Amino acid sequence: MNNLLKDLRQGIRDLCARFPAPYWRTLDHERQYPDAFVKAMTDAGYLAALIPEEYGGSGLGITEASVILEEVNRAGGNAAACHAQMYTMGTVLRHGSAQQKQWLLPAVARGELRLQAFGVTEPDAGSDTTHLTTTATRQEGGYVIRGQKIFISRVQHSDYLLLLARTTPIAEVTRRSQGLSVFLVNLHDALGHGLTVTPIDTMMNHETNALFFDEVWVPAENLIGQEGEGFRYILDGMNAERILIAGECIGDGEFFIEAATHYANDRVVFDRPIGKNQGVQFPIARAYAQIRAADLMRFEAARRFDQDQSCGEEANLAKLLAADASWEAANVAVQVHGGYGFAAEYDIERKFRETRLFQVAPISTNLILAFVAEHVLGLPRSY
Amino acid sequence: MKILVTVKQVPDTATKIQIRADGQGIQEDGIKWVINPYDEFAIEEALRIKEKQGGEVVIVALGPSRVEEAVRQSLAMGADRAVVISTDAAVDPAAAATALAAVCGEEGFDLILTGKQAVDDDSAQVGPMIAANLGLPQVTVVLKLEVDEAGHRLRAERELEGATEIVELPYPAVVTAQRGLNEPRYPTLPNIMKAKKKEVRRVSMDSLSLALDPRVTVNRLFAPPERPEPTILSGEPEETAKELVRLLHSEAKVL
Ligand SMILES: Cc1cc2nc3c(=O)[nH]c(=O)nc-3n(C[C@H](O)[C@H](O)[C@H](O)COP(=O)(O)OP(=O)(O)OC[C@H]3O[C@@H](n4cnc5c(N)ncnc54)[C@H](O)[C@@H]3O)c2cc1C
Repeated sequence: MNNLLKDLRQGIRDLCARFPAPYWRTLDHERQYPDAFVKAMTDAGYLAALIPEEYGGSGLGITEASVILEEVNRAGGNAAACHAQMYTMGTVLRHGSAQQKQWLLPAVARGELRLQAFGVTEPDAGSDTTHLTTTATRQEGGYVIRGQKIFISRVQHSDYLLLLARTTPIAEVTRRSQGLSVFLVNLHDALGHGLTVTPIDTMMNHETNALFFDEVWVPAENLIGQEGEGFRYILDGMNAERILIAGECIGDGEFFIEAATHYANDRVVFDRPIGKNQGVQFPIARAYAQIRAADLMRFEAARRFDQDQSCGEEANLAKLLAADASWEAANVAVQVHGGYGFAAEYDIERKFRETRLFQVAPISTNLILAFVAEHVLGLPRSY
Repeated sequence: MKILVTVKQVPDTATKIQIRADGQGIQEDGIKWVINPYDEFAIEEALRIKEKQGGEVVIVALGPSRVEEAVRQSLAMGADRAVVISTDAAVDPAAAATALAAVCGEEGFDLILTGKQAVDDDSAQVGPMIAANLGLPQVTVVLKLEVDEAGHRLRAERELEGATEIVELPYPAVVTAQRGLNEPRYPTLPNIMKAKKKEVRRVSMDSLSLALDPRVTVNRLFAPPERPEPTILSGEPEETAKELVRLLHSEAKVL
């Protein structure tokens, strides 16, 4: 097993070596999607790591998948461009019908079909997911979607969108988490037939959009699992997502620490390498310690996940610790680089912007703390 | 076509090496090991020939247990199976070539491919010596290779100083690869998974009962001297130019 992780890391490094820093820098500058990189990752089978072998994937665990994403970010890339393929697929795998899996998963594994858009957040329902107001109304043979989503990523580079919408009005359910359903929306069919996609300009190169659904038709066979059970299905995928994101954060942290260490050894000020000063080297050492600690929690969460043990606590802690550690490392790397930390050519400022996201999305740090306080420590629910 | 590729594992050129206290070699722990980059070109070329014409690609490696990693990576690129000659001893180029030639001869082949040199000791002897051992034609530092199966011949382009040499030769033969021959592929995930299940046959070097007494022994390794601090001249261009000429003439003695 250890050998496999080693070989995976080496494989991703070899692939990422074809997409060096200038590639990402140019895309960042032009706000372009890394098409060639995502194609390479797909063709080499990495994005199908979690798809079972019977559907044409490699049937690996979340441990391996999170290491794949880690190595992408460690190499200076940004796995956010393609990570969602890994976790949205899980919802279909666990809750989709045999038929849905049969037509979807092999095509995803072959790279013919992209399922990497995930529509949950709304203008009035961010952290408070169950408050969402996009509705799916049952009609003969299918559903009609009305409403609005925001910050939905990779819609312009996906064939399907996994959508969470309300199928039973809030007034008719006892708990707000009831009455929500998950749909597979064919984006090609929907575009121009009620769906409008408006890109949102953000501080990093991340294709994300506002979506408007004006009576978008979704056939009944695109409902995932049972109507009304959607929130549970989404929650089910959250642990996987947390562990994968933790992997990306750790990769970022390693990138920052390697860059900062290298620079601190190289840069001579007052006739000595700046790394000779404790004021410069200690923060790097501390950031390294934090990354290593988060890494252990990531592997613990992943091990539990892969062994079908409950891992809500570990997955949430891993994401929290890893996101904090990568942000700390980012800060340190900027500081060590002085003015050059702000110059695009050094890639520190780009990665700094990219890793900042993990404090907020896919889930904000506060909401993880709220989860830990309530569900792990037994404190009163705070929201 | 059955192609053997001899592969050496070398320290990654990006790792900082340290010389052992006894001065006879480098400290091996903490080093990142990789497939010799020139051997990667050889593996890639073998895979391309196989993809075009069918056949089998077999990796032949030599060294301590750590070389298994390079072997797995070669298999993950797409080679079919591997033979590893295991030894913990330091092996000089002649001994390596003798052992590799013996195993290659026993394995049987149409073509042997390898890198033009290994980037660790840069001796560039093993490929040619395998050919000599097996009494085969050889062509080194190859930039382009074509296989004419019907005529049972190879056409190779070699890099010379300021010129390209085109050679034709019959095979079985030994061909050594130069950077530029191709662009080696990276492994795909399914191939990484398959690599674990591919056959790796291990032969202990002792069991080959060959006379492997080293012809070359390393007396001492030492690091190049530290570069002296540079002299930076400042002042008026006319003055500094004069001073520079004086220094080049009387200190550096290059003028
Ligand atoms: C680049 C980007 C890409 C994204 N991609 C997707 C996507 O593909 N699909 C998707 O569905 N969503 C996506 N999102 C949305 C993301 O998941 C949300 O932004 C996130 O969940 C937070 O929701 P919000 O923005 O509405 O913040 P809010 O919920 O408004 O929260 C604002 C702040 O208040 C804090 N807060 C709120 N309530 C509490 C409380 N009770 N206690 C303490 N603190 C509280 C939060 O932690 C946060 O810091 C993306 C966001 C970004 C920025």
